[in-house]
Amino acid sequence: MPIANTFAQYDADLQALIAEVETISPPVATMGRRSFMKLAGFAGGGLVLAFNLDTRVARAADGHKPTESNTLNAFVRIAPDNTVTLFSKGPEIGQGIKTAFGLIIAEELDADWKTVKVDQAPINPKVYGYQGAGGSTSIPRGWDQLRQAGATARAMLVSAAAKQWNVPASECNAASSCVSHKSSGRKLSYGALAKAAAAEPVPDATKVPLKTRAEYKLLGKRYTGVDNHKVVTGKPLFGIDVQMPGMLYANYVKCPAVGGKVKSANLDEIKKMPGVVDAFVLDGTGNPLEVMPGVAIITKSTWEAFKAKAALKVEWDESSASKDSLTQAAAKAKEIAAKMPAPADNVGDVDAAFVSAAKVVEASYDYAMVSHQQLEPENSTAWWHDGTMEIWTPSQQADRGLKTVADMLKLPEDKVTVHQTRAGGGFGRRLMNDYMCEAAAIALKVNAPVKLQWKREDDFAHDFFRAGGYHFLKGAVDKSGKLTAVQNHLVSFSVDGTRPVSGGGRSNNSFPTDMAPNVRYAVSLMPLQIPCGPWRAPTDNVQMFVAGSFLHELSVAAGRDHVEFLLEWFARPLAPTSGPAPDPSRSFNPTRAAGVLKMAAEKSGWGKKLPSGRGLGIAFACSYGGHVAEAVELSVDAKKHVTVHKITVVSDIGPIINMSGAENQAQGGSIDALSTAMGLEINVEQGRIQQTNFAEYPLLRMSSAPPVEVHFIQSDFRPAGLGEPCVPPLAAALGNAIFAATGERVRTMPFKRVGYTI
Amino acid sequence: MPFQLNINRKPQTVDAADDTPLLWVLRDTLDLKGTKYGCGIGMCGACTVLMDGRAIRSCLTPVSQATGSITTIEGLGESDKLHALQQAWIDLDVAQCGYCQGGQILSAASLLAQHPKPSDDQIVAGMSGNLCRCATYNRIKAAIHQAAGSQAETKGDNNAHR
Repeated sequence: MPIANTFAQYDADLQALIAEVETISPPVATMGRRSFMKLAGFAGGGLVLAFNLDTRVARAADGHKPTESNTLNAFVRIAPDNTVTLFSKGPEIGQGIKTAFGLIIAEELDADWKTVKVDQAPINPKVYGYQGAGGSTSIPRGWDQLRQAGATARAMLVSAAAKQWNVPASECNAASSCVSHKSSGRKLSYGALAKAAAAEPVPDATKVPLKTRAEYKLLGKRYTGVDNHKVVTGKPLFGIDVQMPGMLYANYVKCPAVGGKVKSANLDEIKKMPGVVDAFVLDGTGNPLEVMPGVAIITKSTWEAFKAKAALKVEWDESSASKDSLTQAAAKAKEIAAKMPAPADNVGDVDAAFVSAAKVVEASYDYAMVSHQQLEPENSTAWWHDGTMEIWTPSQQADRGLKTVADMLKLPEDKVTVHQTRAGGGFGRRLMNDYMCEAAAIALKVNAPVKLQWKREDDFAHDFFRAGGYHFLKGAVDKSGKLTAVQNHLVSFSVDGTRPVSGGGRSNNSFPTDMAPNVRYAVSLMPLQIPCGPWRAPTDNVQMFVAGSFLHELSVAAGRDHVEFLLEWFARPLAPTSGPAPDPSRSFNPTRAAGVLKMAAEKSGWGKKLPSGRGLGIAFACSYGGHVAEAVELSVDAKKHVTVHKITVVSDIGPIINMSGAENQAQGGSIDALSTAMGLEINVEQGRIQQTNFAEYPLLRMSSAPPVEVHFIQSDFRPAGLGEPCVPPLAAALGNAIFAATGERVRTMPFKRVGYTI
Repeated sequence: MPFQLNINRKPQTVDAADDTPLLWVLRDTLDLKGTKYGCGIGMCGACTVLMDGRAIRSCLTPVSQATGSITTIEGLGESDKLHALQQAWIDLDVAQCGYCQGGQILSAASLLAQHPKPSDDQIVAGMSGNLCRCATYNRIKAAIHQAAGSQAETKGDNNAHR
C-alpha cells in the first residue's frame, strides 16, 4: 500500500469529515422520489437480506424468497401475515435510533406497532442518503425522509384498497395496519393489501400529507427498545460477535507513539507460537484515519492473538513519531496567554466597555484531554473474496468507511460491501473508521474472513482524544448588572499550526461572538501530534463548562440572581451572521432557552434555602439542536467529597419520538458529563498515552450515580437528536453548585485536579 | 488440553490452553457471544458469568479453574422463559448500547441470590463492579427492585420507575 497521505493530512480529512457530519442538508431534497421508488434489486432478495439480520448468519440468508413479502419502498416491507418490517438506515450505537426510526416510519404508515419489526438497512447511500450517526443529526436528517417513507407507503396501501372496493381513496382511512371504508364497513389488513399496494404507482413524496403533532398516535409515548429482548438474552448483535466459518482472528500492533514505523520485529518467534497462523508488517498509509504502520498477528482465536501480542517485540523508528508531552502544556499556555494575538473576532468596543464597567472579572479555565472508551473495544471483520472486500463493523459512519476503504484499496465502491452491526457505544469515537481500514488491509493478506480485535489497551493508546484547552477570560458588567463585554483568549492545540484540532476550536453555537455586546475572541495554538477528534458534543462539552461557569462568576460579581441574569442574557441582541440563514430548528432561540431555564429553576427548587455545605447550581446550553438547562444539587464535605443529590434536566428538542429513550439519553448524557467533569483525564508523555485501562481511568460507577429528573418542553420545531445535547450544561451546573456550597470556584476539568472526589 | 465444563446445565468438552480465560472459551470456542470482552482486567464486569450461582469475572478465570456450574446470559432464563431480571430490563427499557447489560443482569442475579429483597445500598454494593459507559445506572437499580419485588427507595427519579 503506498503512503498516499502524509500524517498531517489526517487532520484536514477529519475536519472535513466532522463538517460533513454536522451539516444537515436542506430538508426533503436529499432524497426526493428516488428512495421511494420500488427497488427491483431490493425486492428481489439476495441483496436485501444478505445483511446482518443476525451477524453470525450474515451470509446465510441469500436464499431469501422475495415472494413472501412485499416491499413498498426501501424502508417498508409488509408480509401477508401483516408483519411490517421497517428498515433503520443508521447505526444503533446506544442512542436508540433503531427504535426511533421505526416509530417515525410507523407513525406515518399508521402501522400497528405490535406487528412492526425493525431491521438494519444495508449500507447503500444511493438509496438511503446519509447513513452515519454523528452530531445528533440522525433524527433531524431522517425526520422528513422517514415520515415520507411511511406516508407514501400508507398512500399506496389506501390506494390499493380503494381500487379493490371501487371507491375514492379519500373515503378510505388507515389505522393500526388496516385500511377501512367507513360507509360500507369494509376493512382490509395491510398484509392482505401489500401485494396490490406494491404494484401501485409511488406518489410524489413531497405532496403526501404528513401528520401534525396533535395527530400522532405513536410518537411521544414510551417504548422499550426494539432489540431489548436480544440484548438481555445475549444474542450476537455487536461487531465483536461476528462469527463465520473458517474465520481467523487478528490483533494489530502500532507504535505507542503515533507516527512510529516498524524497524524490526521478532516475527519468526511469534509465528512459532501456538495458534499463530501468520504475522506480518503493514506499512500503512500513514494516516491515522486509515492504517498506521504496525504488525498484524493472525491467529486461530482471540486469546492466542492477545498472547502473541504480549510476546511481540518491535523496534520502532520513532523519528517521525509523536514526542508530545502534556505535562508542560499548562505552563506553556500561560506563557502564550500573556501575548494575545490579533483577534479572530472583534465585536463592538471591548476596551471601552472594560473602562466603563462597574465590575470586571478575570479568570482562566482549562480542561484535560479525555478519551472515549466506549465499552465494546474496536473491532471489524473483513473478508477479501471474489474481488470484493466485505466488512462487518460497529461504526458510526459505515457509509463513509466504505468510501475510505475503497479509496485506500483502490477498489471501485461497488467492490466494497459494508454491513453495519450494533455498536457497543460510540460517543464520537466510531465516526473514525481506522479499525475498519486496518481489518480490510489485513484481510487482503489473509485467505479467510478475519476479525480484527483491539484490546482495551489499544483503545486507550490509539484514540482520537477530546483535546484539552485553556481559556483566559475577562468579562464586564455595568452598573445595572448587565453583561457588557467578554474577552476570551483560547489557547488550543493544532496539528498543522493554522487551526485548532478537531473538537478544540470554538463552539458550534452562539458562543463566544454572541456572548455580549462587546466581544473579543482570539486563538493561540500549541503543536500537538496526538490525534484529536469529536467526543460527545464536541467543543460544546468543554466550552459550555467555561461559558456557563464564567457567566456565573459575572452574575455573582454583579450581585444578581443567576437565573434572572441568564434570562436577561438570553434576550441579548445576537450578532448578525453572514451566509445563509441559520436552521431555525437548530439555532439559539431565546424563547426556547428561557423556557427550559425557567422550568429547570422551578423543578430544582431554585431559590430554596439550603443547609450549609449544600449547593444548587444551574447552567444552560444550546447544543447540537437542543436547548437544555440543567441544575445540580449537591453536598460537599470537609474532605471535598461531593455527593450529588439530584440532577434536573429540562430540554426542548422539539417533539419527542420515544419518551423512554429520550429520558434514557438525558440521564445517561448528564451522568456521562458528571463522570468526565469529576474524574477523567488523559496524560501524555513522549507521545505515549499514560492511561492504559479502566484502573487509571475511573469512569463513574453506580455508587456515584445520582438520581436524574428529566423534563421535556415539546415544541413544534423539527426534532433534534438527544445523544449529545444533555452533556454540555452539566459541568458548569456542577461547578456553580460547588461554588454555592463552598465558595470555591472550580476552573479546571477534571475537578479532581483541585481535590474534589465523587 | 481438554477441559470438562458445565455451561448452562450442559456438559461441554473444550480443547484450549489452560491459561485461556473462560471468556474466550465461551466466545470463540462455544460461540456464546453474550459474555462480553470489555477490559480483560476485571474492572468493567462486561464478562460476568455465574459459577455455582455467584458472579465471577470470566476474563480473569482461566478455563482450568472453571470447575463449577457456569451460567451465561444465554442460559439465565429457563428454555424460552425469561428470568425476572431480563423481563424487568425489557419492561424498564434499561439498555442504551446494551453491551454491558448481560454482565449487569448476571451480577444482579448473584446479588438477588444473596439478598432477595435488596436495599438501595445493597444494590449499589453489589453492582458497582459493573461499568455502564452509557450510565443507565438508575434504570438498572429500578429494574433490580422490580425483579425482586422490593420497594424502590430512590427518590427524585420517578422517570426511571414508570
